[in-house]
Amino acid sequence: MRTLDVLGFAGRALRGHRLRTALSLLGVAIGVAAVVTLTALGEGARRYVLGQFAAVGTNMVVVLPGRTETTGAMPGFGGVPQDLTLEDAVAVSRGVPEVDKVAPMVVGTETVAFGERRRQVALFGATHEALEVRRLAVAQGRFLPPLPWDRGAPVAVLGARLARELFPARASVGQVVRVGDWRMRVIGVLEPRGQQLGIDMDDVVVVPVATAMKMLNRSGLFRLVLQARSHADLERAKTAVLRLLTERHGEEDVTVITQDAVVSAFSSILGALTMALSGIAAVSLAVAGVGIMNVMLVSVSERTREVGLLKALGAERRHILAAFLAEAILISSAGGLLGVGLGWAAVLLLVAIYPALPASPPLWAVAAAFSLSVGVGAVFGVLPARRATRLDPVSALAGR
Amino acid sequence: MIRLAGISRSYDVGGEFVHALVDVTEEIASGEHVAIMGPSGSGKSTLLHVIGCLDRPDRGRYELDGRDVSELDDAELSLVRRHTVGFVFQFFHLVPRLTARENVELPMLFAGVDPAERRNRALERLRAVGLEARVAHRPDQLSGGERQRVALARATVLSPKVLLADEPTGNLDTASGRHVLELLEQMNASGLTLIVVTHDPAVARRARRILVLTDGRVVYRGPGSRIHEAVERLAAAENGA
Repeated sequence: MRTLDVLGFAGRALRGHRLRTALSLLGVAIGVAAVVTLTALGEGARRYVLGQFAAVGTNMVVVLPGRTETTGAMPGFGGVPQDLTLEDAVAVSRGVPEVDKVAPMVVGTETVAFGERRRQVALFGATHEALEVRRLAVAQGRFLPPLPWDRGAPVAVLGARLARELFPARASVGQVVRVGDWRMRVIGVLEPRGQQLGIDMDDVVVVPVATAMKMLNRSGLFRLVLQARSHADLERAKTAVLRLLTERHGEEDVTVITQDAVVSAFSSILGALTMALSGIAAVSLAVAGVGIMNVMLVSVSERTREVGLLKALGAERRHILAAFLAEAILISSAGGLLGVGLGWAAVLLLVAIYPALPASPPLWAVAAAFSLSVGVGAVFGVLPARRATRLDPVSALAGR
Repeated sequence: MIRLAGISRSYDVGGEFVHALVDVTEEIASGEHVAIMGPSGSGKSTLLHVIGCLDRPDRGRYELDGRDVSELDDAELSLVRRHTVGFVFQFFHLVPRLTARENVELPMLFAGVDPAERRNRALERLRAVGLEARVAHRPDQLSGGERQRVALARATVLSPKVLLADEPTGNLDTASGRHVLELLEQMNASGLTLIVVTHDPAVARRARRILVLTDGRVVYRGPGSRIHEAVERLAAAENGA
């Protein structure tokens, strides 16, 4: 019996029960669509997070005050043995040749007002170097001037949305705004950037770091962001910075992490999450397989006389096995194809609703989901097909 | 040539052992037309199934066309059924979703005949049974007589040597039944061995030879022309004599 004949015979049998076939097919399609969609979501989340890290800079080393071992808390929170100071930043800048740029930062919240308009936003104390290290871009005016880090200045750079809302009908550059109790001249507006690692960069006010420390009454920095000269210098820079700060503080009371390590950790976690989501979705494929088996068992039962007839006409066991197995595989394959289409459509819909999420199903996931669906048909079709082959022809012809 | 020697077949029916065939020894020559009669449960259909290699005897030796088929495995028996034997059933056994032509093509599917050849041979057989205008009709669009003629075309499409018909006119009106019998006799006249199981004396009398079975044993053998003897023997069997 030729392969095309087997498929044709199976296809005609399925067309004889359109609703039953369609429902079984739908079960597989939903399973495959779930795998495709959830994998795309997981992959989208991974790409989104990695994109966020890439957007804030490359070859970055972050120095946080405190160590988890000594404080028992997350770096940057809880008790800190010694502050990370601007002097530390200067020392790193001068004493670690692997470091190209140093951007000391302070973060808090403050009210920004212009006339009757006021808004509570993130206050971002930074230096001229932050423009490059954090990959910021200025849409109007200029960024913070290259002042000595310990020198404040009453100037501010506004996030894009903040500027638009404070100054809806006029240019913001050159205007004087009130930041907390301070009057500051707006010297620039950032380009729209959206969320970056949890901070809405369109809703910030950036002021010189020394000014921010005074405004927020801080003696220490939130963190030091360093840019290594090259990717190859990352680990050496990390070691050198840790050694230098340990010497200055008399103990190892800072945490130094490289961007690579964070990205790698997030990538692993989100990769595992994607696999877990795919696995959960694949369970629904197994359920669909049980559905196919049930439908095929009913089909064998209903077509007992037909099986008897086929045997009387000279069909061998392998012919009967192939015919019924082909039906199960046709259902699962068609369901798989439909599921890939549905899954892809669902992903497109998600991306249309949440454009920031770069969700797209990886090809390996699509191929795996489709292959799995075909496999499900083959595996769950075996039992009914074998049952058909074992029917005694005389009893089968009598419908027993 | 069909040669049955000491064939017995029993079934376990709900714990009770039923002897469907008991020590049947019979020879049927090539091209012969034989009618098998007998009361219900006498073993007629079992004998037909054994001859058609659908069922295996428990004991005895069965030679079909010079070959001992009693010891063949399932796959070999399938080949015998496909190429040596054709079946016609009382209830036609057509596949409802297939057209007349597709039903006739079925045995050729298993024989691996290529599609164009299949189509031509199926159309030729349907023409031979007078159904050239009904080739694209499904069974539910055909009359009983037409359905049986499709079954007849299907049974003979691979040119078997033996045609086994189990009550071929049992579900047909008189005119359709006569038409089917004429076709069967035409095929027999062209050299096909024809074995018909029937209750109907009018069908049996057309055979060259009649066998009457009772309780799994052949109790009468005689020419079709002496149908009255067979009928008397049958009546006696049914009355328990």
